[in-house]
Amino acid sequence: MYLAVILFALGLIGLLTRRNLIFTLMSVEVMLNASGLAFVAGSYQWGRPDGQVMFLFILAMAAAEVSVGLALFLQYHRRAPALDSDHASEMKG
Amino acid sequence: MLIAFYMSAAVAVLATMVAITRRHAIHALLYLIVSLLAVAVVFYIIGAPFLAAMELIIYAGAIMVLFLFVVMMLNIGENATEVESLWLKPQVWAWPSGLATFLVIELMYVAFHSARPSGQMHVTTPKEIGIALFGPYALGVELASFLLMSGLVGAYHVGRRASREEEQYSAGTDGRRVVSGSNLVRAGSDRTSHAA
Repeated sequence: MYLAVILFALGLIGLLTRRNLIFTLMSVEVMLNASGLAFVAGSYQWGRPDGQVMFLFILAMAAAEVSVGLALFLQYHRRAPALDSDHASEMKG
Repeated sequence: MLIAFYMSAAVAVLATMVAITRRHAIHALLYLIVSLLAVAVVFYIIGAPFLAAMELIIYAGAIMVLFLFVVMMLNIGENATEVESLWLKPQVWAWPSGLATFLVIELMYVAFHSARPSGQMHVTTPKEIGIALFGPYALGVELASFLLMSGLVGAYHVGRRASREEEQYSAGTDGRRVVSGSNLVRAGSDRTSHAA
């Protein structure tokens, strides 16, 4: 459980400090993984499979999120030279 | 068992810490994979072997490979050979492989020592998970399939290059553009042609 908290904190730190979009997405992955770990730890604590089912859902969501996010990055990379979220603030709809 | 848990937890935290501080994206990905492996070992230890397998297959297998593909697609440039020679240095892969070897040793230890019945720990079998998944959580399964489907379509739509027809189309006059085609597609191809 503490491990989940520590991993989540690390992911959050990464999300806040890194500017590269790839690293941002990786930090989001770490945070999702940490929350999944918390679910599994709860499932272990109470001896029920519900938490593990939740982890499967988190897994599916992470897969969808990563695919869309990476597609966005590719599209963004064709327009801007650098994958930097500071540049992205100049985007005009 | 407890020692194994804390050790793999330490590996996970260490690898994640290194992963978010690397400058090179692929190094960070390697460390992230090690971190995911460590979390999979933790899952195995706390009685969820099915989820450990899922974590390996989907996270470390599929999602990380997706990351790797994108990073490699984006990094194709003039410094490719330079990066390649950088890769062959031992200190680049020594630490991740060292941590991963540690996890393998730990997993062997756990696998050989958990042959005997280990206390009152409840090991969740895939059958239990499946029963829970398609019993009370059937709606959630449907929602997850919706999400994956929309993710697939969205990733395809966002990630494709503008097709030749659309480029010609957006190069045409404004009057022609107003006549037909969906607004979304036109806006996207418009922007692409401007950037190019």
